Parts: sequence; structure tokens; C-alpha cells
Amino acid sequence: MRTAISALEVRSVPSLAEALAILRDDPRTPIAGATDLYVALNFGTLEPRRFLDIWSLNELREIAMDGSKLVIGALATYTSLIRSPLVASRLPMLGDAARQIGGVQIQNRGTLGGNIANGSPAGDSLPVLAAVDAVVVLRSADAERRVPITKFYTGYRATVMRPNELIVAIEVEPVEGRQWFRKVGTRAAQAISKIVVAGVRAPVPRIAFGSVAPTVVRVPETERALAEGRTIDEAADVLSREITPIDDLRSTAEYRMCVATNLLRRFWMDTG
Amino acid sequence: MRFVLNGTSTIVDAHPMARLLDVLRQDCGLTGTKEGCGEGECGACTVLVNGEAVCSCLIPVGQVESADVVTIEGLGDDHPLQHHFMNEVGAQCGICTPGMIMAALSLGPSPTLADVRTALAGNLCRCTGYSAIYRAVMKWRETQNASGPAPASAAR
Repeated sequence: MRTAISALEVRSVPSLAEALAILRDDPRTPIAGATDLYVALNFGTLEPRRFLDIWSLNELREIAMDGSKLVIGALATYTSLIRSPLVASRLPMLGDAARQIGGVQIQNRGTLGGNIANGSPAGDSLPVLAAVDAVVVLRSADAERRVPITKFYTGYRATVMRPNELIVAIEVEPVEGRQWFRKVGTRAAQAISKIVVAGVRAPVPRIAFGSVAPTVVRVPETERALAEGRTIDEAADVLSREITPIDDLRSTAEYRMCVATNLLRRFWMDTG
Repeated sequence: MRFVLNGTSTIVDAHPMARLLDVLRQDCGLTGTKEGCGEGECGACTVLVNGEAVCSCLIPVGQVESADVVTIEGLGDDHPLQHHFMNEVGAQCGICTPGMIMAALSLGPSPTLADVRTALAGNLCRCTGYSAIYRAVMKWRETQNASGPAPASAAR
């Protein structure tokens, strides 16, 4: 049964400074595009009861360069990522991922910061961010810190975020090498991924998978094997020992393992 | 709270976390917008907020404060796209139709069939097999382009 609305409490704020002050004095769950939280509400599985509505904080929507870094505001929607010339030129595989997340209705509301905070192992933007060593900028009323996305998750849907912190931006250093993204789901649009992969073809390739472990993962041993010039068959072997896919309602461990190694081969062929 | 609903300034007394869908259907009495899956996959509840297609089942109404909301009722009963849906038999059981039409309204000018398929990828139909729907939308856009530039707001 749907979560009772009357049990919920929300505050909304006109500025980031006020949002951070509320999180300092009265921590609560940030809510932005609501595309994950309201699915939980509709299914009666919504756990938080007290919210901070940050959807109107336009200061967190900007996509811009800071020196050589691409800086994406946490409230940038998938639609704005798809339309951004900076994303297209600097991080085209993030645009590829955004185009395959949900339908237009979800792309208009879902945010990059939300995908990170929600922390689903199937989050489609996360392998892209992990493959380019993106940095999550966390801000509280008193401080700001930067956490690499590869160190952001501590377990299934668990993160290093503190209750008084908000994700304000994602920073990406220039990416050398060809970018490659692939999502495998039940259908092209809409479906939650069975498996998702992002790669950068460089002398030391960078490869990240979603939906093969409790969190998004880089596969350093596989990357090393490829960097050392071992064959793709050998690298695929390494990969099969490095990831731990599971059976769930969307797919099976066996299928995911097979597809993951196939995707590695395809990445290597397409970018070679 | 106040928002603009189908061109008319509207005040509702609703919990800010109430779903926009429920406020439209129950508080405002506009039952053209349908509820389907409740998880943002079927698009039956699609409305336009500030011109963008969104799932009204996933929106806290507090987030449309001061916004411009357009539902299927905002088209009246004589919108050219509605006629194309009828002529091409783009509607059968009708549950998906309001959402399909609202999603199609946010298409840019001169869309290709691929553009139409992408714009409607978030809308599921279990009756038509989609071809009739795509045909209706393509014919609507073709006649619109033939009769001069589209109006500033496609919804009016």
C-alpha cells in the first residue's frame, strides 16, 4: 500500500545556504526530482518521513568548466546532460548513459546528484563516473570535501555521506582516450539495467561495471591485465574472478557473468 | 499553494508531498490524467510542467508551486493531435492516450520517426502496437508544418 502522505513532513528552502543550515540543525532526507523516492512512496517502501526539498535550488543546476575540470551541478537533470555541449565534448558517454535512463519524463526530473545519492548498484550514470574517476563534492554548513566516486560507496546503498552534507557537484578531470558505454536491459528505454559498463580506452584502460556487485565497481585487475598486453581472453578470465554478480528479479548471476565478459570483449574491439 | 493549471491560476489546499496526480484528479477534478504503474515506466500520468513532460505520480505537488501545469483537459476537445489519434485509431482502450498525447506535445518541430519513438519511449500501450500512435503524431506534425509555424505553446 502506498505510503500515507499525512505521515510525511517536508521543508523547502530558497537557497543552498539555508538548505545546509537546516541539514546542520535538523538533518532530513534531501528530495530533488523524486524519481526514486516517489517510486518507493507509491510502493509503500519509503522509509524516511522527514524531507528537505532542494528541487528549486537553481544554483546547483549549472554545468560549467572550472579550469580544466568539468563541473556538473548535482541538480543537473538527465535532459540537461543530454543537451549540454560541454558534456557532449568532454564526457560524451555520460550523455549516452543519460539518454538510456528512463523515458523523457524521467530524464526531465532525475538528477545526477540523485543517481549518486540513491546509490543503486544499477544506477546507469555511476559506471561512467567511476571509469573517469569523478569526484563528488560534498558540502555542509561548515565545510566542503571531495570524495572520489570510487571511494563514495561503502556497501549496498551505503555511502560516506554524513547527515549534514549535501552533494553539490560532480567534478571530472579531462579524459584521455576513447569513451565507451553500454547498458543491457530488457528493452532500450525504461528498463532498469541487468548490467551496465563504461570504459575509457587509454594505455591504462579504465573500466567500471554496474549491477555486478553491491556497489558500482572498477575492475583494476582486468585493467592491469589489458595494460600489460595480455590477450582479451586472459583479461576476460581475470574479469570473471573480479566481479560477483548475483541472481535477482532482473537477471541471473550466470547471465550477468556471461554478458559482462562479452561486453569487455566488445569494448576492446570497438575501441581498438 | 498556487499554480497555473491549464492556463488558469489555481489555489489548492494540499499537503506539499501529495502527488501531483492525486491533486489533479481529486482536488481539481481533472480525471483525464490516468494512473498506471506508479514507478515512472508507463507514462499514463504524463502532464506538462513548464512545458516539460513529467510523470505526475512521481511529483510532490509542492514542487509545482508557481509552475505552469497542462493536463489533457487543457487541450479542450478539439485539438488537432486528438483528431489524428481518432483518425489513425491511435486510441483503443484509452488508458495510455492522455499520457501519449501530452508526451507527444513536447516534441520539437519536424520530428523524425526516431524522434517520435524516443519522445514516447516512456509511454506504454498494450493495445495498438504503437504504429497507429506514431502515425497519428507524425501526421499531426506534418499538417502543422504545412500550415505554418507551430504556435509558441503547442499545448494551446
